[in-house]
Amino acid sequence: MGRYVIRRLIQMAPVFIGSTFLIFMMVFALGDPVAALFGDKAPDPATAARIREELYLDQPLWKQYLHYMGQIFQGDFGTAFNGQPVTELMAAAYPVTLRLTMVAIFIELVVGITLGVLSGLKRGHFIDSSVLVLTLVVISIPTFVSGYVLQYLFGVKWDVIRPTVSVDAPLNELILPGIVLALVSLAYVTRLTRTSIAENVRADYLRTAVAKGLPRRRIITRHLLRNSLIPVVTFIGTDIGSLMGGAIVTETIFNIHGVGYQIYQGILRNNAPTVVGFVTILVIVFLIANLLVDLLYAVLDPRIRYA
Amino acid sequence: MRGATHAKWAVCAVSVALAATACGGGGSDDGAGIVRSSWGDPQNPIEPANTNEVQGGKVLDMLFRGLKRYDPKTGEAQDMVAEKIATTDQQNFTVTLKDGWTFSNGEKVTAKSFVDAWNYGAHIDSKQNNSPFFANIEGYEDVHPESGNAKAKTMSGLVVKDAKTFTVKLNEKFSSWPETLGYQAFSPLPESFFKDHEAWLEKPVGNGPYTVDSYTKGASMKLRAWDAYKGPDKAKNGGVDLVVYTDNNTAYTDLLAGNLDLVDDVPAKQLKNVKADLADRYINQPALIIQTVVFPMYDPRWGKPGMEKVRTGLSKAINRDEITKQIFEETRTPATDWTSPALHEKGGYKAGLCGDACEYDPEQAKKLIEEGGGLPGGKVQLTSNVDTGSHREWMDAVCNSINNALGKGSVCTVNPVGTFADFKNQQSNFKMTGPFRSGWQADYPLIQNFLQPLYATGGSSNYGKFENKDFDRLVREANQESDQAAAVAKFQDAEKILADQMPAIPLWYQNGSAGYSELVSGVQLNQFSVPVYDQIKVD
Repeated sequence: MGRYVIRRLIQMAPVFIGSTFLIFMMVFALGDPVAALFGDKAPDPATAARIREELYLDQPLWKQYLHYMGQIFQGDFGTAFNGQPVTELMAAAYPVTLRLTMVAIFIELVVGITLGVLSGLKRGHFIDSSVLVLTLVVISIPTFVSGYVLQYLFGVKWDVIRPTVSVDAPLNELILPGIVLALVSLAYVTRLTRTSIAENVRADYLRTAVAKGLPRRRIITRHLLRNSLIPVVTFIGTDIGSLMGGAIVTETIFNIHGVGYQIYQGILRNNAPTVVGFVTILVIVFLIANLLVDLLYAVLDPRIRYA
Repeated sequence: MRGATHAKWAVCAVSVALAATACGGGGSDDGAGIVRSSWGDPQNPIEPANTNEVQGGKVLDMLFRGLKRYDPKTGEAQDMVAEKIATTDQQNFTVTLKDGWTFSNGEKVTAKSFVDAWNYGAHIDSKQNNSPFFANIEGYEDVHPESGNAKAKTMSGLVVKDAKTFTVKLNEKFSSWPETLGYQAFSPLPESFFKDHEAWLEKPVGNGPYTVDSYTKGASMKLRAWDAYKGPDKAKNGGVDLVVYTDNNTAYTDLLAGNLDLVDDVPAKQLKNVKADLADRYINQPALIIQTVVFPMYDPRWGKPGMEKVRTGLSKAINRDEITKQIFEETRTPATDWTSPALHEKGGYKAGLCGDACEYDPEQAKKLIEEGGGLPGGKVQLTSNVDTGSHREWMDAVCNSINNALGKGSVCTVNPVGTFADFKNQQSNFKMTGPFRSGWQADYPLIQNFLQPLYATGGSSNYGKFENKDFDRLVREANQESDQAAAVAKFQDAEKILADQMPAIPLWYQNGSAGYSELVSGVQLNQFSVPVYDQIKVD
């Protein structure tokens, strides 16, 4: 088991190098960022040249990349244009986004799986069809619509919550953004769980369990649910990655200064260190989330073994 | 049990992730009399000679007082730290400072505070965005050569006479130079700025009515009124909390929910509701901003003699009234000259100076373009970045207006550029093949700033490379005029050349907008569309 984990970790290295290079190249292709620093005015050539020199922008692409990777291995992710080291930006942004992601995942898991199990067990009943309709509606509403509407209703109209998240982003303020973020995935989790449950209900081992006279509760949680969760776990695993990087819309609506905000800002200002730095960490998050998913398979299904 | 060991590994990895989220938290103190205002993350570190946009400018306006300050209403440059700025030849100036000004760390504001700050701002090693503002001081090219290393540490044109006096020698005559000194790049800097630059940037120290209480980069800044401030414009509130918003729609929602007192950029989407939401707590007034469409005069297809008819024709084909009403809900005003109403008549704004050439007349437009030999290649393509400012919408509208006027199908098309950075590169490398957007926010309320940098030969932001000997001569003469009215008249004569040649089509003047809560009063915007924070009262 331990050896498997180490092997997987080593395999991450080439993925890491390849993806950072691709990202670096793409940001590079966006063009020279220095001119935009001067606003409407024409850049002063001497000052612009100095800034380019300092940021290594006067070097060819491969040299820039080597220089950048050299820095990264010394723990230096470069400096954003506002003078802040990118590591500082990360230290501020990642905890916030991680908290938001966990709120969203928690909601997805609890609500999604519960609804999925209910509708899976009561196939064709009223509850099944209403959950079906509900998930359809949720999937078809874009995040920015649900975001703005819920924010307006709860924040302005009924005045139940603060419409935006304060700088520290405490957990209680992240509940509504978490719900908005979770909505679409929640619908998928429900659907996946339902299908999986509906299939396994007819499995032989389940009939055996029922025949053994096990209590219904134990049959559902221990035998049915555990075996039905594998596709759901796969989905959640990849969802962690996309939630952490793809929360730009939700973060903007609720003014959360997380990863999405920093990447968006970085792209607008062609700030390679910020974009590459943040996306690099996201790549690592994806890789680790995938590893966790694979490990969880073994927990859920003892037939799967890693050596 | 096999499963249990697996679970242990998984739990272990999850707990690492959880530990990372444990940081953060903590409450906020809500003091009385504090104005909560929206903010955007400043693009560059906040220091006077490096800040060239409104968001950093807001902070500098609270932290610093320079030699002069522009009256928020009239735009007149009034003495602040300066006792007087005297000259006999419009080229050598003697600056005398008032007594009693100090920085909030106790240091006195002396002649040296200014001279050191200006030398720092001009020096190439400091890499300051605003260094060209010092370019007309003698010795600038020694500290800021076009290439290579600086030959001197300081500019020879700046000489400290005593603690209260210094002299300035300019490269050439420039009568309205003292009026430019209200710009923030000319602020004084304390010794602590040079001793520990890093620490200063973490918590800037100035001589203005506010001090920085705390600054969380990218998120918020708390400024508090400085009790010991001796200037004439002491803060009327306890302080200002600036909160960074990514999206101005969100800031507006927070204003409606009572979480924010002041939003200084009402989003375009909300303009329809703003009257209903805020009633009279909405400000919409001209700022020193003009939007134009500039022709690449370096491209002979647009710049060759005779093409002025085509350029003027295009100007006449644009229905400015309709577009400002429909797309901008009257937060833009159709332009009839190349300056801004925020300059006022005295400062050189003259409504209707452009004359016929800026009036919508599709018949005439068609005729003029045909007389000029038609559009180059029968087509015209408008270029702008489209990441901000509803640029896509108005460009489409302008093209529709041109297409309708010419009646030859869609000869006008839009070339949207994804990011401002990319657009700026195309613009400053002179790679445009057709007309492109150019927005200009003046640095100081002078007609000179609307004309010389943009249209004089070699002007720092003359993106279209417009060159005209008469224009250059009139600008030079205007700068030498000691009488302000005479100078303005010369500048307006120069502007008339623009009306004949049409190197840039004036589209509209951009307004500053703001909305505020019931908790505050006395909110006004200055001509740079920055709220005058020290005048705001909290009820």
